[in-house]
Amino acid sequence: MGTTESAPLAVEDIRADFPILEREFDGTPLVYLDNAATSQTPDQVVDAIVEYYRTYNSNVHRGIHQLSQEASIAYEEAHDRVAEFIGAESREEIVFTKNTTESMNLVAYAWGLNELGPGDEVVLTEMEHHASLVTWQQVAKRTGATVKFVRVDDEGYLDMDHARELITDDTEMVSVVHISNTLGTINPVADLADLAHDHDAYMFVDGAQSVPTRPVDVGEIDADFLAFSGHKMCGPTGIGVLYGKEPILDAMQPYLYGGDMIRKVTFEESTWNELPWKFEAGTPNICQGIALAEAIDYLEDIGMDRVQAHEEQLAEYAYDRLSEFEDIEIYGPPGDDRGGLVAFNLDAVHAHDTSEILNEFAVAVRAGDHCTQPLHDKLGAPASARASFYIYNTREEVDKLVEALADARELFA
Amino acid sequence: MYRQQILDHYKSPRNYGELEEPTFTHVGENPMCGDTIEMQVKLDDDEEEIEYVTFQGDGCAISQASASMLSEKLQGMTVEDLQELDRDDVVDMLGVDISPMRIKCAVLAEKVAQDGADIYFGELDVDKTTTEDDD
Ligand SMILES: Cc1ncc(COP(=O)(O)O)c(C=O)c1O
Repeated sequence: MGTTESAPLAVEDIRADFPILEREFDGTPLVYLDNAATSQTPDQVVDAIVEYYRTYNSNVHRGIHQLSQEASIAYEEAHDRVAEFIGAESREEIVFTKNTTESMNLVAYAWGLNELGPGDEVVLTEMEHHASLVTWQQVAKRTGATVKFVRVDDEGYLDMDHARELITDDTEMVSVVHISNTLGTINPVADLADLAHDHDAYMFVDGAQSVPTRPVDVGEIDADFLAFSGHKMCGPTGIGVLYGKEPILDAMQPYLYGGDMIRKVTFEESTWNELPWKFEAGTPNICQGIALAEAIDYLEDIGMDRVQAHEEQLAEYAYDRLSEFEDIEIYGPPGDDRGGLVAFNLDAVHAHDTSEILNEFAVAVRAGDHCTQPLHDKLGAPASARASFYIYNTREEVDKLVEALADARELFA
Repeated sequence: MYRQQILDHYKSPRNYGELEEPTFTHVGENPMCGDTIEMQVKLDDDEEEIEYVTFQGDGCAISQASASMLSEKLQGMTVEDLQELDRDDVVDMLGVDISPMRIKCAVLAEKVAQDGADIYFGELDVDKTTTEDDD
């Protein structure tokens, strides 16, 4: 495994695994900078999907026949692969869901609705994604619990003094985004987990932007829950992960009921299957789960330390190049202290116009509120444009972004 | 997509501001984009024909240029004609292809004007138009 000092990524070799990056629009090669929304899928993962459907597609845990056995083993082993990747103890702690959002809803329904009540508090941050913000807000409405938000300071960092103030013995859950998908801030989740545990609260880490881009170890953070999505880490859509500490998952009620999640059923009563299957009712996304394991193999072959180094270098380079425009506002911490994304606004140009013009240069960025509306309200901008990087992006692509932006400015000047 | 005409209306909006005695005023927004438009309309004495239109607002080039162009187009039209406008008319007026993601920006002004008239004539009861409940 590499270290941060180790050799840079062989980006040209990596790009060869992603034929989609060879697409051109009217002769202009695609520059894909929307990776925080969804990453591209390498041939290795596509091949795993094709192999599944061509050679061993069948239902899991239900058949004694050969195909079902092959599919079941591959699907179960995918849980082991994920467990190893994030430093979980075992597959019992790894629940496959559809995405990060569903992972959060699972805990909100199975734990929140059952355990929370008036007087209980859930502590979030002002930079939470709607996936957690809206979910806990609604759980609070239904249970009488209160949601509190740790302030984000002017530089885009969490106000840790405020966190220490808000997290008290009334706190039952602290849920924090590890890397903000809007600000790029890398939050001190291990410190927050300590704080939460000091007050006997659970710590939920939203790893949607961190797990794909750096080594994340649930033991090091001491997270009680961690959620992330396969489609942001070279995997397919339709597969996400909820990690939960085994004793906590064990004590939780199921979230969805039906086949596969039961042990014994009579007309009157049912008992639940063991972990993690208790939380995977019905036929799961078998192929996608197996493909996620393949995506993890792909990323670990590169080395997560090197993925992180590459991300950080591109983010810093982009931050510096974008800072050359005097009429740009870049949101979040400085270039040398952020995850691999940069959200910004040109003074005179609405983010949607910016993104539309970038599209004419075949540069794909996201424009909008990035599912952080309250944070955008605080930033005083209804929307922003966001460039986000992954293993196959290059400095030359950042240069193309900057050139296209210069054009947008010109047009609107 | 940003033909000169749109940029021109965006940078120098026509009929920007407020009327002294509007027959009706209505606001609308496009919550996803943060576009906002307020339209003011003065009808003739018979309340059949549009005499003057002004708008104010904030947002992307498409939404603001569309409001500016519409403010010119509506002058002299009947209220009935206004109600018959649809998204194709707006796209024709803009003279460019509008991608599906941006259609809400394009039609915001048109919807604000139409809803404003409906509210004035008692056929609709909303505070604010949003493009969210668009079809
Ligand atoms: C920080 C963060 N949390 C949650 C999500 C939701 O992920 P998904 O849409 O895959 O459920 C995203 C991605 O959009 C994200 O960036």
